[in-house]
Amino acid sequence: MAPLNTASFTLIRKGAEANLYLGEWYGRKVIVKKRVEKKYRVEPLDKKIRAYRTIHEAQIMHEAKKSGVPTPTIYLIDISDFTIVMEYIEGIRLRDSLNDFSLEKRLRTCRNVGNLIGRLHERSIIHGDLTTSNMIETLDEKIFFIDFGLSLYSIEVEDRGVDLHLMKRALNSTHYRYVDQCFDAVIEGYEAEVGNEKTGRVLAKVREIEKRGRYFPERV
Amino acid sequence: MKANSYCLGIESTAHTFGASIVSSDGTVLSDVREVYAPEVGKGIHPREAAQHHSQVAPEVLQRAFREARVKPNHLSSIAFSAGPGLGPALRTGATIARALAVFLRKPIVPVHHAIGHIEIGALTAGARDPLVVLVSGGHTAITACADRKWRIFGETEDITLGNVVDSFAREAKLPSPGGSAVEKLALEGKKFIDLPYTVKGNDVAYSGLLTAALKKMRDHNLEDLCYSLQEIAFSMLTEAVERSLAHTEKKEVLLTGGVAANKRLQSALEVITEEHGAIFYVVDPKYSGDCGAQIAWAGLLAFKCGLNVKVEDTIVRPKWRLDEVEIPWRP
Repeated sequence: MAPLNTASFTLIRKGAEANLYLGEWYGRKVIVKKRVEKKYRVEPLDKKIRAYRTIHEAQIMHEAKKSGVPTPTIYLIDISDFTIVMEYIEGIRLRDSLNDFSLEKRLRTCRNVGNLIGRLHERSIIHGDLTTSNMIETLDEKIFFIDFGLSLYSIEVEDRGVDLHLMKRALNSTHYRYVDQCFDAVIEGYEAEVGNEKTGRVLAKVREIEKRGRYFPERV
Repeated sequence: MKANSYCLGIESTAHTFGASIVSSDGTVLSDVREVYAPEVGKGIHPREAAQHHSQVAPEVLQRAFREARVKPNHLSSIAFSAGPGLGPALRTGATIARALAVFLRKPIVPVHHAIGHIEIGALTAGARDPLVVLVSGGHTAITACADRKWRIFGETEDITLGNVVDSFAREAKLPSPGGSAVEKLALEGKKFIDLPYTVKGNDVAYSGLLTAALKKMRDHNLEDLCYSLQEIAFSMLTEAVERSLAHTEKKEVLLTGGVAANKRLQSALEVITEEHGAIFYVVDPKYSGDCGAQIAWAGLLAFKCGLNVKVEDTIVRPKWRLDEVEIPWRP
């Protein structure tokens, strides 16, 4: 198959590892996610990472959808070009909207996010990069998770803990005024999905992971 | 024009005992340091580091005043590294700072060592509101200031980049400082050896990489291993920085801390910074390693905002998170 011609597509965002193009494909509005060459990495490492993540992301996004977590539908994968063609989701990233929400709406959104994380974890999926940049809310208040490049399959409490730790970190750095209420609401939503026994174990792990960070007073 | 004021900074968190005098216009008038060097193949011994510091302190301080041409009485404040770091080393520096402050009747300002790295980097490179990549023996963090605190966007979940390079160099019996020895050997490396690459969101974890690299020391030549270790370790960090940069959309990136002197790391970060339309800054290599100037300048900024403490409250904090500290001089 010939590589997808993105010449008529518009570059809408340069993400950390991929360029996102918006265009039309067989009458559908689509996003083309192209993992571009990273010149800072040596070639064998770069190719390995790009190929692995392209395939892996598409597979896990599909699996996430089956677990009841909205993700863009995958239309096409082109491994030779490290490209995924997927459904365009009309909405706003939570990174840009969460701070401006009313208290009630913010808590509802965070509970919803926690619930979705719980669904992923129940299906042994770890997102691997839970930040509010990677969550898009549509007009009908549906939240889509995107960017599964760092995701993995795991049932380890450790991996679940890292996932929630990264979520908390994102709230702490970008939504610092509301971090406590937001994270509590995330956990509330998470608990509703996975139950309080599992939630307790994962939360204990989150605290343990936090302490591994540099210079936490309790670090041994 | 307002006359300049002067701050004496005393650094003693780890290997280095440093003293420096900076002026409120941002000029480093003197920066003197003596570095404790453990034997080849050994790590830093906290008590011996502290002994080293107390032995060299009188001379280092005298030279700092002499080179700056500032008399002790003309100081407006005395700053010291209050943490994080090795307890015995920190206490040596703090004791000297207290004695001077009491004797000279000058206000005393505790400084967080990492904030010193950041501020001396911003000063010498000219960055205003950067995404900071702080890489040293004590820190590997990606941080930006918002609402008067440094918010951590990513960091190491176990050991620091400085630890990786230093521990590897120590096991390979390379001379100290390990960083420049590894960097030099890496330039001769040709074969890329696959080693664990661990990025978790904007975080990195280095312990697996270090263990794997040490295990492979028997079967591969040291040049190739140094090359591959550096490539993987720096690629991991660069990826995490790029993620943070895409997330924060900052227009400046500042690389600072001891490992900032590494040319390969600089070039990797420069590439991604330019790709995102931001400007790349590196701390002046004279001040990338631990030094009195970083403490003096951060202390001066803090003192200008009215920050100083009573001598009896100058406790040292071997463990002190960067994101706990209030930064009244930044927006």
